[in-house]
Amino acid sequence: MTTTSVAQVESGRALRAPARGRRLRRRATLIGWSFILPNFLGFALFTLIPVIAALGLSFMSWDAYNPPKWIGLANFTRLAHDPLFWAALQNTVLYAVGHVPLTLALSLGLALLLNRKLKGIQFFRVAIFFPYISSLVAIAIVWNLLFDPSTGPINALLTHLGVANPPGWTSSTTWALPAVIITSVWKDMGYYMILFLAGLQAVPGELYEAAAVDGANAWHKFWNVTVPGLRPTTFFVLVILTVSSFKVFDLIFVMTEGGPGRATLVLSQLIYQDGILNGQFGYSSAISLVLFVMVLVITLFQYRLQNRRQD
Amino acid sequence: MATRRERARLGNAALYVLLAALLVVVLLPFVWMLSSSLKNNVNVLTVPVQWIPHDWKWTNYRDIWTQIPMAGYLANSALLAVVISFLQVLTGSFAAYGFSKVRFPGRDALFIAYLATIAVPWQAYMIPQYIMMQRAHLTNTFWSLILLQAFGAFGVFLMRQYYLTIPDELTEAARIDGLTDYGIWARIILPLSKPALASLALLTFVNTWNDYMGPFIYLSSNNLWTVQLGLRQFIGQYSADYAMIMTGSVISIVPVLVIFLLGQRYFIAGIATSGLKG
Repeated sequence: MTTTSVAQVESGRALRAPARGRRLRRRATLIGWSFILPNFLGFALFTLIPVIAALGLSFMSWDAYNPPKWIGLANFTRLAHDPLFWAALQNTVLYAVGHVPLTLALSLGLALLLNRKLKGIQFFRVAIFFPYISSLVAIAIVWNLLFDPSTGPINALLTHLGVANPPGWTSSTTWALPAVIITSVWKDMGYYMILFLAGLQAVPGELYEAAAVDGANAWHKFWNVTVPGLRPTTFFVLVILTVSSFKVFDLIFVMTEGGPGRATLVLSQLIYQDGILNGQFGYSSAISLVLFVMVLVITLFQYRLQNRRQD
Repeated sequence: MATRRERARLGNAALYVLLAALLVVVLLPFVWMLSSSLKNNVNVLTVPVQWIPHDWKWTNYRDIWTQIPMAGYLANSALLAVVISFLQVLTGSFAAYGFSKVRFPGRDALFIAYLATIAVPWQAYMIPQYIMMQRAHLTNTFWSLILLQAFGAFGVFLMRQYYLTIPDELTEAARIDGLTDYGIWARIILPLSKPALASLALLTFVNTWNDYMGPFIYLSSNNLWTVQLGLRQFIGQYSADYAMIMTGSVISIVPVLVIFLLGQRYFIAGIATSGLKG
Protein backbone atom coordinates (compact mmCIF):
# COMPACT_ATOMS: atom_id res chain seq x y z
CA MET A 1 0.00 0.00 0.00
CA THR A 2 2.67 2.37 1.01
CA THR A 3 4.51 2.06 -2.27
CA THR A 4 1.43 2.69 -4.37
CA SER A 5 0.44 5.68 -2.32
CA VAL A 6 3.79 7.29 -2.94
CA ALA A 7 3.35 6.67 -6.64
CA GLN A 8 -0.16 8.06 -6.50
CA VAL A 9 0.98 11.14 -4.67
CA GLU A 10 3.81 11.63 -7.15
CA SER A 11 1.55 11.32 -10.17
CA GLY A 12 -1.07 13.46 -8.50
CA ARG A 13 1.47 16.19 -7.91
CA ALA A 14 2.62 15.93 -11.49
CA LEU A 15 -0.97 16.28 -12.64
CA ARG A 16 -1.83 19.13 -10.33
CA ALA A 17 1.32 21.19 -10.85
CA PRO A 18 0.46 22.46 -14.35
CA ALA A 19 -3.11 23.16 -13.26
CA ARG A 20 -1.81 25.15 -10.32
CA GLY A 21 0.70 26.91 -12.57
CA ARG A 22 -2.04 27.79 -15.00
CA ARG A 23 -4.19 29.18 -12.23
CA LEU A 24 -1.30 31.23 -10.88
CA ARG A 25 -0.53 32.53 -14.33
CA ARG A 26 -4.16 33.51 -14.88
CA ARG A 27 -4.10 35.29 -11.54
CA ALA A 28 -0.89 37.13 -12.46
CA THR A 29 -2.39 38.11 -15.79
CA LEU A 30 -5.46 39.49 -14.08
CA ILE A 31 -3.39 41.42 -11.57
CA GLY A 32 -1.01 42.72 -14.26
CA TRP A 33 -3.87 43.94 -16.42
CA SER A 34 -5.64 45.53 -13.47
CA PHE A 35 -2.54 47.69 -12.95
CA ILE A 36 -2.18 48.61 -16.59
CA LEU A 37 -5.86 49.05 -17.41
CA PRO A 38 -6.54 52.60 -16.11
CA ASN A 39 -3.70 53.94 -18.22
CA PHE A 40 -4.30 51.55 -21.09
CA LEU A 41 -7.93 52.62 -21.57
CA GLY A 42 -6.88 56.23 -22.10
CA PHE A 43 -3.82 55.24 -24.09
CA ALA A 44 -5.79 52.93 -26.40
CA LEU A 45 -8.65 55.35 -26.93
CA PHE A 46 -6.65 58.53 -27.42
CA THR A 47 -3.34 57.31 -28.84
CA LEU A 48 -3.40 53.75 -30.18
CA ILE A 49 -6.71 53.96 -32.06
CA PRO A 50 -5.96 57.42 -33.53
CA VAL A 51 -2.55 56.14 -34.71
CA ILE A 52 -4.24 53.23 -36.51
CA ALA A 53 -7.02 55.48 -37.80
CA ALA A 54 -4.48 57.92 -39.24
CA LEU A 55 -2.98 55.07 -41.19
CA GLY A 56 -6.35 54.22 -42.74
CA LEU A 57 -7.37 57.84 -43.31
CA SER A 58 -4.32 58.49 -45.46
CA PHE A 59 -5.85 56.25 -48.15
CA MET A 60 -9.18 58.06 -48.03
CA SER A 61 -10.63 61.27 -49.25
CA TRP A 62 -12.45 62.88 -46.36
CA ASP A 63 -13.35 66.43 -45.54
CA ALA A 64 -15.58 67.83 -42.87
CA TYR A 65 -18.72 67.66 -45.06
CA ASN A 66 -18.59 64.52 -47.22
CA PRO A 67 -18.43 60.89 -46.08
CA PRO A 68 -15.01 59.22 -46.27
CA LYS A 69 -14.17 57.49 -49.55
CA TRP A 70 -11.37 55.01 -50.27
CA ILE A 71 -9.11 56.47 -52.94
CA GLY A 72 -6.05 54.26 -52.66
CA LEU A 73 -2.79 56.06 -53.29
CA ALA A 74 -4.32 59.22 -54.77
CA ASN A 75 -3.32 61.32 -51.72
CA PHE A 76 0.28 60.25 -52.16
CA THR A 77 0.43 61.02 -55.88
CA ARG A 78 -1.03 64.43 -55.07
CA LEU A 79 1.66 64.88 -52.39
CA ALA A 80 4.38 64.12 -54.89
CA HIS A 81 3.24 67.12 -56.96
CA ASP A 82 2.65 69.48 -54.05
CA PRO A 83 5.46 72.08 -53.88
CA LEU A 84 4.43 73.03 -50.33
CA PHE A 85 4.98 69.44 -49.22
CA TRP A 86 8.48 69.32 -50.72
CA ALA A 87 9.37 72.66 -49.14
CA ALA A 88 8.11 71.47 -45.74
CA LEU A 89 9.92 68.13 -46.09
CA GLN A 90 13.16 69.87 -46.98
CA ASN A 91 12.87 72.30 -44.07
CA THR A 92 12.05 69.50 -41.62
CA VAL A 93 15.10 67.50 -42.70
CA LEU A 94 17.35 70.59 -42.63
CA TYR A 95 16.07 71.47 -39.17
CA ALA A 96 16.84 67.97 -37.90
CA VAL A 97 20.25 67.94 -39.57
CA GLY A 98 21.10 71.18 -37.76
CA HIS A 99 19.35 70.57 -34.47
CA VAL A 100 20.32 66.95 -33.69
CA PRO A 101 24.15 67.07 -33.98
CA LEU A 102 24.44 70.54 -32.45
CA THR A 103 22.30 69.65 -29.44
CA LEU A 104 24.07 66.31 -29.04
CA ALA A 105 27.54 67.87 -29.14
CA LEU A 106 26.69 70.79 -26.86
CA SER A 107 24.80 68.75 -24.28
CA LEU A 108 27.59 66.16 -24.13
CA GLY A 109 30.21 68.91 -23.85
CA LEU A 110 28.27 70.61 -21.06
CA ALA A 111 27.82 67.30 -19.24
CA LEU A 112 31.58 66.59 -19.41
CA LEU A 113 32.29 70.10 -18.16
CA LEU A 114 29.78 69.92 -15.33
CA ASN A 115 30.51 66.34 -14.26
CA ARG A 116 32.82 67.14 -11.38
CA LYS A 117 32.65 67.70 -7.70
CA LEU A 118 32.95 71.42 -7.35
CA LYS A 119 31.38 73.85 -4.96
CA GLY A 120 28.17 75.28 -6.46
CA ILE A 121 28.18 72.95 -9.45
CA GLN A 122 24.51 72.16 -8.87
CA PHE A 123 23.69 75.82 -9.41
CA PHE A 124 25.34 75.81 -12.83
CA ARG A 125 23.52 72.62 -13.83
CA VAL A 126 20.16 74.06 -12.84
CA ALA A 127 20.84 77.32 -14.67
CA ILE A 128 21.71 75.54 -17.91
CA PHE A 129 18.64 73.34 -17.57
CA PHE A 130 16.39 76.35 -17.03
CA PRO A 131 15.75 77.31 -20.69
CA TYR A 132 14.22 73.87 -21.21
CA ILE A 133 11.42 74.49 -18.76
CA SER A 134 10.71 78.13 -19.44
CA SER A 135 7.67 79.37 -21.21
CA LEU A 136 7.77 78.64 -24.92
CA VAL A 137 6.01 81.77 -26.12
CA ALA A 138 8.23 83.92 -23.92
CA ILE A 139 11.36 82.31 -25.35
CA ALA A 140 10.16 82.60 -28.92
CA ILE A 141 9.38 86.28 -28.52
CA VAL A 142 12.61 87.10 -26.71
CA TRP A 143 14.77 85.40 -29.34
CA ASN A 144 12.80 87.07 -32.11
CA LEU A 145 13.67 90.42 -30.63
CA LEU A 146 17.28 89.41 -29.99
CA PHE A 147 17.49 88.41 -33.66
CA ASP A 148 15.88 91.62 -34.93
CA PRO A 149 18.02 92.68 -37.92
CA SER A 150 18.18 96.42 -37.17
CA THR A 151 17.54 96.79 -33.44
CA GLY A 152 18.45 93.38 -31.99
CA PRO A 153 21.42 92.88 -29.66
CA ILE A 154 22.77 89.97 -31.72
CA ASN A 155 23.37 92.04 -34.84
CA ALA A 156 24.59 94.94 -32.71
CA LEU A 157 27.25 92.58 -31.35
CA LEU A 158 28.08 91.22 -34.81
CA THR A 159 28.49 94.76 -36.19
CA HIS A 160 30.66 95.61 -33.22
CA LEU A 161 32.83 92.60 -34.00
CA GLY A 162 33.31 93.88 -37.53
CA VAL A 163 30.72 91.91 -39.50
CA ALA A 164 29.79 94.30 -42.31
CA ASN A 165 26.44 92.81 -43.33
CA PRO A 166 24.95 90.88 -40.42
CA PRO A 167 22.18 88.44 -41.43
CA GLY A 168 18.52 89.42 -41.51
CA TRP A 169 17.74 86.35 -39.34
CA THR A 170 13.98 85.77 -39.06
CA SER A 171 13.18 88.22 -41.86
CA SER A 172 15.52 86.52 -44.32
CA THR A 173 14.61 83.35 -46.20
CA THR A 174 18.18 82.04 -45.83
CA TRP A 175 18.72 82.85 -42.18
CA ALA A 176 15.30 82.17 -40.66
CA LEU A 177 15.88 78.44 -40.30
CA PRO A 178 19.34 78.83 -38.71
CA ALA A 179 17.84 81.38 -36.29
CA VAL A 180 15.16 78.89 -35.28
CA ILE A 181 17.75 76.11 -34.91
CA ILE A 182 19.97 78.26 -32.67
CA THR A 183 17.01 79.03 -30.42
CA SER A 184 15.92 75.42 -30.17
CA VAL A 185 19.44 74.15 -29.45
CA TRP A 186 19.77 76.73 -26.68
CA LYS A 187 16.40 75.62 -25.27
CA ASP A 188 16.96 71.85 -25.45
CA MET A 189 20.62 71.33 -24.52
CA GLY A 190 20.00 71.44 -20.77
CA TYR A 191 17.63 68.49 -20.84
CA TYR A 192 19.99 66.22 -22.74
CA MET A 193 22.86 67.43 -20.57
CA ILE A 194 21.04 65.97 -17.55
CA LEU A 195 20.67 62.63 -19.33
CA PHE A 196 24.37 62.61 -20.23
CA LEU A 197 25.33 63.57 -16.67
CA ALA A 198 23.42 60.55 -15.39
CA GLY A 199 25.12 58.37 -17.98
CA LEU A 200 28.56 59.68 -16.96
CA GLN A 201 27.91 58.98 -13.34
CA ALA A 202 27.04 55.40 -14.20
CA VAL A 203 30.45 54.77 -15.80
CA PRO A 204 32.47 52.86 -13.17
CA GLY A 205 35.31 54.94 -11.72
CA GLU A 206 37.62 51.89 -11.64
CA LEU A 207 37.76 51.96 -15.44
CA TYR A 208 39.30 55.44 -15.35
CA GLU A 209 41.76 54.35 -12.66
CA ALA A 210 42.76 51.32 -14.70
CA ALA A 211 43.23 53.52 -17.77
CA ALA A 212 45.35 55.95 -15.74
CA VAL A 213 47.54 53.04 -14.56
CA ASP A 214 48.02 52.07 -18.20
CA GLY A 215 49.23 55.61 -18.85
CA ALA A 216 46.24 56.80 -20.90
CA ASN A 217 45.93 60.54 -21.46
CA ALA A 218 42.68 62.50 -21.23
CA TRP A 219 41.79 61.93 -24.87
CA HIS A 220 42.39 58.16 -24.63
CA LYS A 221 40.31 58.01 -21.49
CA PHE A 222 37.48 59.86 -23.19
CA TRP A 223 37.62 57.70 -26.31
CA ASN A 224 38.17 54.31 -24.67
CA VAL A 225 36.23 54.64 -21.41
CA THR A 226 33.72 57.50 -21.59
CA VAL A 227 32.40 56.96 -25.12
CA PRO A 228 31.72 53.21 -24.73
CA GLY A 229 30.30 53.77 -21.23
CA LEU A 230 27.90 56.38 -22.56
CA ARG A 231 26.66 54.26 -25.46
CA PRO A 232 23.19 53.39 -24.05
CA THR A 233 22.63 57.02 -23.05
CA THR A 234 23.80 58.32 -26.41
CA PHE A 235 21.44 55.95 -28.18
CA PHE A 236 18.50 57.07 -26.05
CA VAL A 237 19.35 60.75 -26.52
CA LEU A 238 19.78 60.32 -30.26
CA VAL A 239 16.39 58.62 -30.66
CA ILE A 240 14.47 61.10 -28.52
CA LEU A 241 16.26 64.03 -30.14
CA THR A 242 15.58 62.83 -33.67
CA VAL A 243 11.93 62.10 -33.00
CA SER A 244 11.42 65.47 -31.35
CA SER A 245 13.22 67.26 -34.22
CA PHE A 246 10.96 65.73 -36.81
CA LYS A 247 7.84 66.78 -34.97
CA VAL A 248 8.93 70.33 -34.20
CA PHE A 249 6.07 72.82 -34.39
CA ASP A 250 5.45 75.14 -31.44
CA LEU A 251 8.69 77.08 -31.40
CA ILE A 252 8.82 77.68 -35.15
CA PHE A 253 5.15 78.53 -35.32
CA VAL A 254 5.44 81.21 -32.66
CA MET A 255 8.74 82.58 -33.97
CA THR A 256 8.09 82.74 -37.71
CA GLU A 257 4.70 81.10 -38.48
CA GLY A 258 6.56 79.13 -41.14
CA GLY A 259 7.80 82.22 -42.92
CA PRO A 260 9.15 84.34 -44.41
CA GLY A 261 7.41 82.82 -47.40
CA ARG A 262 7.76 79.12 -46.72
CA ALA A 263 11.32 79.29 -45.42
CA THR A 264 10.54 77.66 -42.07
CA LEU A 265 7.40 75.72 -42.95
CA VAL A 266 7.77 72.21 -41.47
CA LEU A 267 5.70 69.05 -41.95
CA SER A 268 3.82 69.43 -38.65
CA GLN A 269 2.61 72.84 -39.62
CA LEU A 270 1.50 71.59 -43.02
CA ILE A 271 -0.44 68.77 -41.34
CA TYR A 272 -2.08 71.32 -39.08
CA GLN A 273 -2.92 73.64 -41.98
CA ASP A 274 -4.34 71.00 -44.30
CA GLY A 275 -6.06 68.95 -41.61
CA ILE A 276 -7.39 71.28 -38.95
CA LEU A 277 -7.66 74.55 -40.88
CA ASN A 278 -8.70 73.30 -44.33
CA GLY A 279 -10.54 70.18 -43.14
CA GLN A 280 -8.75 67.89 -45.58
CA PHE A 281 -8.44 65.01 -43.14
CA GLY A 282 -7.38 62.37 -45.65
CA TYR A 283 -4.74 64.43 -47.39
CA SER A 284 -3.18 65.67 -44.18
CA SER A 285 -3.16 62.12 -42.78
CA ALA A 286 -1.12 61.13 -45.82
CA ILE A 287 1.46 63.75 -44.85
CA SER A 288 1.40 62.32 -41.30
CA LEU A 289 2.07 58.87 -42.66
CA VAL A 290 5.12 60.14 -44.54
CA LEU A 291 6.37 61.82 -41.37
CA PHE A 292 5.71 58.65 -39.35
CA VAL A 293 7.49 56.38 -41.82
CA MET A 294 10.49 58.72 -41.92
CA VAL A 295 10.80 58.76 -38.14
CA LEU A 296 10.31 54.99 -37.97
CA VAL A 297 12.97 54.27 -40.58
CA ILE A 298 15.49 56.57 -38.89
CA THR A 299 14.75 55.07 -35.46
CA LEU A 300 15.13 51.51 -36.76
CA PHE A 301 18.35 52.50 -38.52
CA GLN A 302 19.72 53.95 -35.26
CA TYR A 303 18.64 50.81 -33.43
CA ARG A 304 20.44 48.55 -35.92
CA LEU A 305 23.55 50.68 -35.68
CA GLN A 306 23.46 50.51 -31.88
CA ASN A 307 23.06 46.72 -31.89
CA ARG A 308 25.86 46.21 -34.39
CA ARG A 309 28.23 48.30 -32.28
CA GLN A 310 27.41 46.25 -29.21
CA ASP A 311 28.30 42.94 -30.92
CA MET B 1 57.38 75.07 -10.01
CA ALA B 2 53.84 75.24 -8.77
CA THR B 3 52.85 72.52 -6.34
CA ARG B 4 50.14 70.10 -7.24
CA ARG B 5 47.63 71.76 -4.97
CA GLU B 6 48.34 75.20 -6.36
CA ARG B 7 47.88 73.91 -9.87
CA ALA B 8 44.55 72.31 -8.91
CA ARG B 9 43.40 75.59 -7.38
CA LEU B 10 44.40 77.47 -10.50
CA GLY B 11 42.54 74.93 -12.62
CA ASN B 12 39.41 75.36 -10.51
CA ALA B 13 39.59 79.13 -10.82
CA ALA B 14 39.85 78.85 -14.60
CA LEU B 15 36.89 76.48 -14.58
CA TYR B 16 34.77 78.92 -12.58
CA VAL B 17 35.58 81.69 -15.05
CA LEU B 18 34.58 79.44 -17.92
CA LEU B 19 31.36 78.39 -16.17
CA ALA B 20 30.47 81.98 -15.35
CA ALA B 21 30.95 82.98 -18.99
CA LEU B 22 28.76 80.07 -20.04
CA LEU B 23 26.10 81.08 -17.57
CA VAL B 24 26.00 84.62 -18.95
CA VAL B 25 25.50 83.35 -22.50
CA VAL B 26 22.76 80.89 -21.48
CA LEU B 27 20.88 83.26 -19.19
CA LEU B 28 21.28 86.50 -21.16
CA PRO B 29 17.88 86.18 -22.89
CA PHE B 30 16.23 85.99 -19.46
CA VAL B 31 18.12 89.02 -18.19
CA TRP B 32 17.03 90.91 -21.26
CA MET B 33 13.43 89.74 -20.75
CA LEU B 34 13.46 90.90 -17.14
CA SER B 35 14.99 94.28 -17.96
CA SER B 36 12.56 94.85 -20.85
CA SER B 37 9.61 94.07 -18.61
CA LEU B 38 10.52 97.15 -16.60
CA LYS B 39 10.75 99.56 -19.52
CA ASN B 40 8.53 101.72 -21.66
CA ASN B 41 7.52 99.96 -24.85
CA VAL B 42 9.59 102.47 -26.85
CA ASN B 43 12.75 101.71 -24.91
CA VAL B 44 12.66 97.95 -25.44
CA LEU B 45 14.16 98.17 -28.91
CA THR B 46 16.63 101.04 -28.62
CA VAL B 47 20.13 100.72 -30.05
CA PRO B 48 22.46 100.14 -28.28
CA VAL B 49 20.60 97.89 -25.86
CA GLN B 50 19.72 99.35 -22.48
CA TRP B 51 20.51 96.51 -20.11
CA ILE B 52 19.43 98.60 -17.14
CA PRO B 53 16.22 100.60 -17.74
CA HIS B 54 16.64 104.40 -17.63
CA ASP B 55 13.30 104.93 -15.98
CA TRP B 56 11.99 101.87 -14.20
CA LYS B 57 8.40 101.14 -15.15
CA TRP B 58 7.16 99.02 -12.28
CA THR B 59 3.60 99.85 -13.31
CA ASN B 60 3.85 97.21 -16.08
CA TYR B 61 3.41 94.59 -13.40
CA ARG B 62 0.25 96.32 -12.20
CA ASP B 63 -1.25 97.14 -15.59
CA ILE B 64 -0.96 93.73 -17.21
CA TRP B 65 -3.75 92.32 -15.04
CA THR B 66 -6.22 94.84 -16.42
CA GLN B 67 -5.00 94.91 -20.03
CA ILE B 68 -5.61 91.20 -20.55
CA PRO B 69 -7.37 88.67 -18.28
CA MET B 70 -3.99 87.45 -17.08
CA ALA B 71 -5.30 86.00 -13.80
CA GLY B 72 -7.82 83.90 -15.71
CA TYR B 73 -5.14 82.58 -18.08
CA LEU B 74 -2.90 81.66 -15.16
CA ALA B 75 -5.78 79.88 -13.44
CA ASN B 76 -6.59 77.92 -16.63
CA SER B 77 -2.97 76.90 -17.12
CA ALA B 78 -2.66 75.89 -13.49
CA LEU B 79 -5.86 73.85 -13.53
CA LEU B 80 -4.86 71.95 -16.67
CA ALA B 81 -1.28 71.39 -15.51
CA VAL B 82 -2.29 70.13 -12.05
CA VAL B 83 -5.07 67.79 -13.23
CA ILE B 84 -3.03 66.34 -16.10
CA SER B 85 0.09 65.85 -13.97
CA PHE B 86 -1.93 64.16 -11.23
CA LEU B 87 -3.55 61.72 -13.65
CA GLN B 88 -0.25 61.05 -15.44
CA VAL B 89 1.54 60.19 -12.22
CA LEU B 90 -1.33 58.13 -10.84
CA THR B 91 -2.10 55.99 -13.88
CA GLY B 92 1.53 56.01 -15.06
CA SER B 93 3.01 54.67 -11.84
CA PHE B 94 0.21 52.10 -11.55
CA ALA B 95 0.78 50.84 -15.10
CA ALA B 96 4.55 50.88 -14.65
CA TYR B 97 4.15 48.51 -11.70
CA GLY B 98 2.24 46.10 -13.92
CA PHE B 99 4.93 46.35 -16.55
CA SER B 100 7.87 45.82 -14.21
CA LYS B 101 6.87 43.82 -11.14
CA VAL B 102 4.12 41.47 -12.35
CA ARG B 103 5.07 38.73 -14.82
CA PHE B 104 2.30 37.66 -17.21
CA PRO B 105 2.08 36.55 -20.82
CA GLY B 106 1.81 39.32 -23.42
CA ARG B 107 3.27 41.92 -21.07
CA ASP B 108 6.35 42.70 -23.11
CA ALA B 109 4.46 42.84 -26.41
CA LEU B 110 2.06 45.33 -24.85
CA PHE B 111 4.93 47.41 -23.56
CA ILE B 112 6.44 47.55 -27.03
CA ALA B 113 3.16 49.01 -28.31
CA TYR B 114 3.55 51.75 -25.69
CA LEU B 115 7.17 52.35 -26.66
CA ALA B 116 6.36 52.44 -30.37
CA THR B 117 3.82 55.21 -29.94
CA ILE B 118 6.44 57.38 -28.22
CA ALA B 119 8.27 57.38 -31.54
CA VAL B 120 5.16 58.38 -33.49
CA PRO B 121 5.02 62.15 -33.87
CA TRP B 122 1.90 63.61 -32.31
CA GLN B 123 1.06 65.37 -35.55
CA ALA B 124 0.69 61.96 -37.20
CA TYR B 125 -2.46 61.16 -35.23
CA MET B 126 -3.57 64.66 -34.34
CA ILE B 127 -6.32 64.60 -37.01
CA PRO B 128 -8.13 61.40 -35.85
CA GLN B 129 -7.90 62.67 -32.26
CA TYR B 130 -9.40 65.95 -33.32
CA ILE B 131 -12.25 64.25 -35.18
CA MET B 132 -12.96 62.05 -32.14
CA MET B 133 -13.09 65.06 -29.85
CA GLN B 134 -15.29 66.92 -32.31
CA ARG B 135 -17.73 63.99 -32.50
CA ALA B 136 -17.82 63.76 -28.72
CA HIS B 137 -18.49 67.54 -28.55
CA LEU B 138 -15.45 68.00 -26.36
CA THR B 139 -13.55 70.53 -28.46
CA ASN B 140 -13.35 73.92 -26.80
CA THR B 141 -13.51 72.27 -23.36
CA PHE B 142 -10.72 71.39 -20.94
CA TRP B 143 -11.83 67.76 -21.22
CA SER B 144 -10.27 67.43 -24.66
CA LEU B 145 -6.81 68.41 -23.41
CA ILE B 146 -7.10 66.44 -20.18
CA LEU B 147 -8.13 63.24 -21.95
CA LEU B 148 -5.46 63.60 -24.63
CA GLN B 149 -2.56 64.36 -22.32
CA ALA B 150 -3.30 62.45 -19.11
CA PHE B 151 -2.40 58.95 -20.29
CA GLY B 152 1.06 59.47 -21.69
CA ALA B 153 3.13 56.50 -22.81
CA PHE B 154 6.29 58.42 -21.91
CA GLY B 155 5.16 58.62 -18.29
CA VAL B 156 4.73 54.85 -18.14
CA PHE B 157 8.15 54.41 -19.71
CA LEU B 158 9.84 56.83 -17.30
CA MET B 159 8.28 55.21 -14.24
CA ARG B 160 9.06 51.70 -15.45
CA GLN B 161 12.71 52.61 -15.99
CA TYR B 162 12.85 53.71 -12.38
CA TYR B 163 11.01 50.64 -11.03
CA LEU B 164 13.53 48.39 -12.81
CA THR B 165 16.19 49.82 -10.50
CA ILE B 166 14.18 48.66 -7.44
CA PRO B 167 15.27 45.05 -6.71
CA ASP B 168 12.65 42.33 -7.20
CA GLU B 169 13.77 40.68 -3.93
CA LEU B 170 12.04 43.52 -2.14
CA THR B 171 8.66 42.91 -3.76
CA GLU B 172 9.07 39.13 -3.43
CA ALA B 173 9.76 39.47 0.28
CA ALA B 174 6.67 41.64 0.71
CA ARG B 175 4.59 39.08 -1.17
CA ILE B 176 5.79 36.32 1.18
CA ASP B 177 4.85 38.55 4.11
CA GLY B 178 1.32 38.49 2.75
CA LEU B 179 1.06 41.91 1.12
CA THR B 180 -1.06 42.06 -2.06
CA ASP B 181 0.37 43.68 -5.20
CA TYR B 182 -1.76 46.75 -4.59
CA GLY B 183 -0.35 46.96 -1.10
CA ILE B 184 3.19 46.61 -2.42
CA TRP B 185 2.57 49.41 -4.92
CA ALA B 186 1.10 51.74 -2.32
CA ARG B 187 3.35 50.99 0.65
CA ILE B 188 6.69 50.05 -0.85
CA ILE B 189 7.08 51.16 -4.46
CA LEU B 190 5.47 54.61 -4.22
CA PRO B 191 7.54 55.77 -1.23
CA LEU B 192 10.71 54.44 -2.87
CA SER B 193 10.08 56.11 -6.20
CA LYS B 194 9.76 59.70 -5.04
CA PRO B 195 12.39 60.99 -7.51
CA ALA B 196 10.60 59.38 -10.44
CA LEU B 197 7.19 60.58 -9.26
CA ALA B 198 8.52 64.09 -8.79
CA SER B 199 10.24 64.20 -12.15
CA LEU B 200 7.23 62.86 -14.01
CA ALA B 201 4.94 65.30 -12.20
CA LEU B 202 7.26 68.22 -12.89
CA LEU B 203 7.93 67.32 -16.51
CA THR B 204 4.21 66.91 -17.15
CA PHE B 205 3.41 70.13 -15.33
CA VAL B 206 6.01 72.05 -17.30
CA ASN B 207 5.01 70.50 -20.62
CA THR B 208 1.35 71.23 -20.04
CA TRP B 209 2.09 74.73 -18.83
CA ASN B 210 4.24 75.45 -21.89
CA ASP B 211 2.14 73.57 -24.42
CA TYR B 212 1.15 75.81 -27.25
CA MET B 213 -0.26 73.61 -29.99
CA GLY B 214 -2.78 71.66 -27.88
CA PRO B 215 -4.62 74.68 -26.45
CA PHE B 216 -4.18 76.49 -29.77
CA ILE B 217 -6.08 73.77 -31.63
CA TYR B 218 -8.65 72.84 -29.01
CA LEU B 219 -9.50 76.01 -27.10
CA SER B 220 -11.20 78.72 -29.11
CA SER B 221 -12.97 80.67 -26.35
CA ASN B 222 -10.89 83.41 -24.79
CA ASN B 223 -12.09 82.51 -21.29
CA LEU B 224 -10.54 79.04 -21.62
CA TRP B 225 -7.17 80.24 -22.94
CA THR B 226 -3.92 79.38 -21.22
CA VAL B 227 -1.07 81.80 -20.52
CA GLN B 228 0.76 80.75 -23.68
CA LEU B 229 -2.20 81.67 -25.88
CA GLY B 230 -3.02 84.80 -23.91
CA LEU B 231 0.44 86.33 -24.32
CA ARG B 232 0.12 86.33 -28.07
CA GLN B 233 -2.58 88.99 -27.83
CA PHE B 234 0.08 91.64 -27.39
CA ILE B 235 1.36 90.95 -30.87
CA GLY B 236 -0.64 92.82 -33.46
CA GLN B 237 -0.32 92.56 -37.20
CA TYR B 238 2.11 95.46 -37.53
CA SER B 239 3.24 96.30 -34.04
CA ALA B 240 3.51 94.77 -30.64
CA ASP B 241 3.53 95.91 -27.06
CA TYR B 242 6.90 94.39 -26.26
CA ALA B 243 7.17 95.70 -22.73
CA MET B 244 3.86 94.07 -21.84
CA ILE B 245 4.83 90.82 -23.59
CA MET B 246 7.99 90.70 -21.52
CA THR B 247 6.08 91.45 -18.32
CA GLY B 248 3.66 88.64 -19.14
CA SER B 249 6.53 86.32 -20.04
CA VAL B 250 8.24 86.91 -16.72
CA ILE B 251 4.97 86.25 -14.89
CA SER B 252 4.39 83.08 -16.94
CA ILE B 253 7.81 81.72 -15.99
CA VAL B 254 7.55 82.37 -12.24
CA PRO B 255 5.25 79.43 -11.34
CA VAL B 256 7.41 76.98 -13.28
CA LEU B 257 10.56 78.37 -11.72
CA VAL B 258 9.16 78.07 -8.19
CA ILE B 259 7.99 74.48 -8.68
CA PHE B 260 11.24 73.56 -10.35
CA LEU B 261 13.41 74.99 -7.58
CA LEU B 262 11.31 73.24 -4.95
CA GLY B 263 11.67 69.86 -6.60
CA GLN B 264 14.91 70.07 -8.54
CA ARG B 265 16.85 67.65 -6.34
CA TYR B 266 14.35 64.84 -6.95
CA PHE B 267 13.60 66.04 -10.42
CA ILE B 268 17.07 65.68 -11.85
CA ALA B 269 17.61 62.28 -10.20
CA GLY B 270 14.33 61.10 -11.67
CA ILE B 271 14.89 62.16 -15.28
CA ALA B 272 18.40 60.81 -15.10
CA THR B 273 17.22 57.18 -14.80
CA SER B 274 15.18 57.32 -18.00
CA GLY B 275 18.26 57.44 -20.21
CA LEU B 276 20.35 54.86 -18.40
CA LYS B 277 18.97 51.63 -19.74
CA GLY B 278 18.74 52.46 -23.45
